[in-house]
Amino acid sequence: MYEFVRGPLALISFAIFFIGIIVRVVWYVKGLDWRLDRVAYLEKADYGIRGALKSIFHWILPLNHTTANHPIFMGATYLFHICLLTAPLLLVAHVMLIEESWGISWPTIPDTIADYMTLAVIAAGGFLFARRLVLPYVKILTTGSDFLVLFIALAPFITGFIAYHQLMGYKFWLIVHILCGEIMLIAIPFTKLSHFVLFFCSRAQIGMDYGIKRGGQKGRGVAW
Amino acid sequence: MAEEAKEQIVAPLVTRVPIKTKEELDTLLADRQGRGYYKELDAFPVDTEALKKTLEATFKSRLKTWLKICAHCGMCADACHFYIANDNDPEQVPSYKIQSTLGELVKKKGNVDNAFMQYCMDTAWGKCTCCNRCGMYCPHGIDMGAMMSYLRGLCFSQGFVPYELKIGSGMHWVYKAQMDVTVQDFVETCEWMAEEYEDDWPGLNIPVDKENADILYTINAREPKHYPEDIAEAAILFHLTGENWTVPSEGWEETSLVMFAGDWAGCKMQVESVFEAMERLKPKRMVVTECGHAHRATVTEGPYWAGIKSGDTPVPTQHYVEWLLEVLENGKLKLDPSKKIKEPVTLQDPCNYVRNAGLAEVTRKIMPYIAEDFREMAQNREQNFCCSGGGGMNALGRYREQRNIGLRVKRDQILATGAKFVVSACHNCWDALRDLEEEYKIGMKWSFLKPIILKMVIVPDHLKPKAE
Ligand code: HEM
Ligand code: HEM
Ligand code: SF4
Ligand code: SF4
Ligand code: SF4
Repeated sequence: MYEFVRGPLALISFAIFFIGIIVRVVWYVKGLDWRLDRVAYLEKADYGIRGALKSIFHWILPLNHTTANHPIFMGATYLFHICLLTAPLLLVAHVMLIEESWGISWPTIPDTIADYMTLAVIAAGGFLFARRLVLPYVKILTTGSDFLVLFIALAPFITGFIAYHQLMGYKFWLIVHILCGEIMLIAIPFTKLSHFVLFFCSRAQIGMDYGIKRGGQKGRGVAW
Repeated sequence: MAEEAKEQIVAPLVTRVPIKTKEELDTLLADRQGRGYYKELDAFPVDTEALKKTLEATFKSRLKTWLKICAHCGMCADACHFYIANDNDPEQVPSYKIQSTLGELVKKKGNVDNAFMQYCMDTAWGKCTCCNRCGMYCPHGIDMGAMMSYLRGLCFSQGFVPYELKIGSGMHWVYKAQMDVTVQDFVETCEWMAEEYEDDWPGLNIPVDKENADILYTINAREPKHYPEDIAEAAILFHLTGENWTVPSEGWEETSLVMFAGDWAGCKMQVESVFEAMERLKPKRMVVTECGHAHRATVTEGPYWAGIKSGDTPVPTQHYVEWLLEVLENGKLKLDPSKKIKEPVTLQDPCNYVRNAGLAEVTRKIMPYIAEDFREMAQNREQNFCCSGGGGMNALGRYREQRNIGLRVKRDQILATGAKFVVSACHNCWDALRDLEEEYKIGMKWSFLKPIILKMVIVPDHLKPKAE
């Protein structure tokens, strides 16, 4: 079982993940239409690129009004995302496995730090979960799939944590962890987790819109 | 006679196509407040096949992705003035307004019923002014105003559009203007205004259809229809600054109720009439009157409707405030500093040329010329709240109540500045402010820029009326 999830299944899930996100981006770009969207993407590419970069920059970093207006939520979501992206990528165990399989490697972070980051993801995820149940303006937007997606995102962290600390049957939880990780990778292209790449597309598009049409040519256009 | 009356077929009031004849328009106008219209709408079938086809052809990347990746996080909630004005009613959260309408429509592939379409209509026009404010606060950059506008287009193509906007769209098709102002009416109004003010302003002239002028001036049909003085004021200011200007006899209408209605074919037709005037008269530039959505429709969106790839108008175009700042800065227009407004003044930033066209600093630079005590609203420039009258909402009887509730946000913004004088260089905002005062009686005044400026101008000697 371990051999299977660790070997072929891992390969398949990575393949689906990579091909999936590439296809998403290609479809997105191909579906842009200067007439329907009413943005001169190509004719005014210079203003467009400037607007797109500004738009992404102001949201990758907390340089926007929403962060000022909602510091708790935005703080939680920045923490959630930073830890969610860095911990697994720089984890000693993961990098070792990749080196074993493909012979490439990169620097890692100490396990204790990764461990705290894992807890941070779980805690922030718990907060995101709770506000869906409590805040009326979030509750009304929430669908079953929001919980499912949040669960898919959190599962590798919870199971990874259990496996790492050998809290219960190590072998079993390691297999569960790997499966959860693979489910998450596969889910990314097919669910709203596709925002992993589409966030950049969407922000670039609205950035081009403001950069080209809604003020960029008048020297404004960053409204966030 | 009696025989004839019986035989008379009552033309349908509700249709899936724009009204294009005067007869149809008159029939609709005769249906006071749209009682018959809405009654007919209650029984009007949905053409689900057509809806499905339209979705397939036009629901692409940008909108699809927005709908898909919306995190349902609620950051857009308190960006919307309707959410705030309705005591944080969750049903006013922008994302909910779209999910429950366009989201369902897409999920069901257009297979929806009359009640659902009416819900879409009541949401698209009764709970949103397409001000695009929420999009600025969304972490993903999802512009719910743009989605709402798309939804309006779908509703219009199915005949589900508020009565007044069905009429508005028809007006554009019949008169190429949002009101029944013909070419002749317009030209006569210009002549009348020039004569009316000639005694005070010797040599005052409103040149119609002059070729190769420096400025082609275009307006809002409400001006010839209800406020002809506005045209006179514009003429006086051009006269005082010695501009070589003209108005077109055809293609003078900047506004676009077709845009509010979601009648995209009408938008193209309307804006092309203005662009034709540019091509015919070959001015150096065009200046549009103090209107927000007019600028949005003709300058910001218009070129795309007309199929111009660069997204630029055929000749460079400016909003009135840009021209005004230019002549104040280059000294062509001189104001008497002692006549500045002494009381506190605040400024209503219209979404349509501030958030959606980048003119935030222009009006601000004008303020020191006219006001001694200028006070910003707490949310200003691109962040300003919609006045609540945008997107056509001012005109819609069916959503009057919702509009009036929405006005409270603007009321509270104004009250917090301590100013009782609001400058508003936008026709729609101006109307909303008038209704705000009528509804809530906070004792404020509001004004366009032209009348304020005219009270302060220093008239050069050679333009003064000769003493008898
Ligand atoms: C797809 C194949 C994956 C494999 C083969 C895998 C394998 C492992 C292994 C072997 C460990 C170490 C357990 C130990 O120390 O004994 C681990 C820990 C961990 N994994 Fe994965 N993993 C995978 C995917 C993922 C994904 C997609 C995520 C999250 C996005 C993830 C997050 C974590 C975390 C956060 C830990 C550490 C928990 C802690 O230190 O508290 N893993 N994983
Ligand atoms: C560079 C990559 C990413 C960026 C820029 C990004 C950005 C965002 C943004 C802007 C939101 C919406 C609002 C918010 O919660 O802040 C969001 C939500 C979310 N993201 Fe990401 N994301 C990225 C990668 C990921 C990945 C890889 C996952 C997990 C697989 C993930 C999981 C989530 C979840 C679960 C939510 C919803 C939070 C909730 O329930 O409120 N994100 N992300
Ligand atoms: S802020 Fe954006 S992502 Fe969040 S619910 Fe609103 S539209 Fe969706
Ligand atoms: S009224 Fe403005 S803020 Fe509210 S939903 Fe519509 S576009 Fe968004
Ligand atoms: S009426 Fe004025 S404030 Fe309201 S949407 Fe239009 S421009 Fe904006």
